[in-house]
Amino acid sequence: MIDDLNFQHVFAHIVAALTRILGPRHLSLAEEAAQDALVKALQLWPLQGEPANPSAWLIQVAKNRALDLLRRDQRLVELDPSTADRAPARQSETVAAGAMIAAAGVDPSADARLRSETAPPDDDQLAMMFLACHPILPREARVALTLKIVCGFGVREIAHAFLAREDAIAQRLVRAKRQLRDADIGFELTAADYAERLDSVLDVLYLLFNEGYAAHAGDRLVRSDLCREAIRLGDLLADAGAKLCTVNGAAAVHALVALLHLQAARLPARVGDDDVLLRLADQDRSLWDASSIARGLQHLDAAASGDRLTVYHVEAGIAACHAVAARYEETDWPRIAELYDSLLVMKPTPVVALNRAIAISRVHGPRAGLAAVDAIAGDAVLARYYLLHATVGELALETGDRDRAAECFRAALACECSEPERRFLERRLRDAARGAAN
Amino acid sequence: MPKYTLMLRENGTAFAGLSPADFQAIIQRYGAWRDELQRAGKFAGGHKLRDGAGRVMRKNSSKIVVTDGPFTEGKEVIGGLFVIEAASYDEAVSIANGCPHLDYGSIEVREVEVTRP
Repeated sequence: MIDDLNFQHVFAHIVAALTRILGPRHLSLAEEAAQDALVKALQLWPLQGEPANPSAWLIQVAKNRALDLLRRDQRLVELDPSTADRAPARQSETVAAGAMIAAAGVDPSADARLRSETAPPDDDQLAMMFLACHPILPREARVALTLKIVCGFGVREIAHAFLAREDAIAQRLVRAKRQLRDADIGFELTAADYAERLDSVLDVLYLLFNEGYAAHAGDRLVRSDLCREAIRLGDLLADAGAKLCTVNGAAAVHALVALLHLQAARLPARVGDDDVLLRLADQDRSLWDASSIARGLQHLDAAASGDRLTVYHVEAGIAACHAVAARYEETDWPRIAELYDSLLVMKPTPVVALNRAIAISRVHGPRAGLAAVDAIAGDAVLARYYLLHATVGELALETGDRDRAAECFRAALACECSEPERRFLERRLRDAARGAAN
Repeated sequence: MPKYTLMLRENGTAFAGLSPADFQAIIQRYGAWRDELQRAGKFAGGHKLRDGAGRVMRKNSSKIVVTDGPFTEGKEVIGGLFVIEAASYDEAVSIANGCPHLDYGSIEVREVEVTRP
């Protein structure tokens, strides 16, 4: 029934199945066929009622459409041979692909792949992930292409999630598909492909999740979709893909997936009833998702194999320290400060340094924290980051310096931040003015 | 009860740029609209017309002239029609008002005339 059908997954399913049959050089055609099948559904189903098996119906229509499109491309080349290098299909290829699509309609084993009800089979999804995250593509193109062909997002939704213009995203996608076509990438993944592309896949999942988690601005629904998709694909990679990786590769996968689950566990508690961002200290920990925490800790255990320590290991370790503390006061801050020391070596960014300063302030007091912040406060990027000013404000408040605190919260409010964050900062500004410490 | 046709006009570009989630949302809204009519016993059928496959026939003095059509370029064409039952033209219009088609096309509401012998 249509209510059980997720169109994003069906779209990804069709694109993956056709790309497997036709090869990644026909990715655009696969997408076009999938899109046309959805148009057809929208034109027909409201008038005639929904078919008994909507996903099988969509897949069949898309297969027929793919054949039409292949023939169209072929005719274009016959009419104007100079387009041959631009046209995605050569004649021999068209014939072979047509035979494969047709065979997929009668051969039960091939058809099973196309007919499985809701989402693409795991190996298809993995192949599409590793295709979209191919290192020949620029990083932002990998992210956009993953959302488009693996998650079934539209261009508008991708633009929305990354606060980019729709035409810029559309262009980025076209260029990425052209690059993949020109490089003649295969669909089936070899061990070498895994080794070569895994870091890029992990990086994209990490970025998707953080983009959703950070919620700088924009539509909250789209952003929670990003977190959900990053976790879905992370789980898939951990379940089906990790066994195809080297020991160190698999350990990195588990470390990242641990991090995603441990961070996601806190999502339900991050914003209060009045839509104000809540600090760790203020969150109702009973709202933390215990099953996510348990899954995260399991993956963190699995991540201990291998001998390569990744950023994901350290960040998951920090997230685990928070997740297992029943109360804020029970947080193992010395351990967290130590982990931030390691992280700063691996990832020497101002934001990591800022978080390290916060951990130091919990271990050695607000003045030590302020001294650690002073060491990085000159950074131009940090100066535009609300959390720098908010952190100094909090620490100043703890030392009793209300004037400095108020000044910092005002500076934080002048930076870009989301609505819940802005409301939080305004509240803290009022607190500073009133002289409340918490 | 009198029957009405809701003729659905669209211009063919309305679906460009819709995402899978958009398609899902629109189709679900259609489903809800249809279900409600069906429950009220007011739904009397729907027909999709085949895209771009049709001829227009005209008698020119004594000759029949056949042209391909309808011409879809840049114009709204009838893509399909619903048949509903309603107590009055006003009710038919209010039913059409809730039809998701209005988000990307227009609807012409016409009563089916029944002449008693």
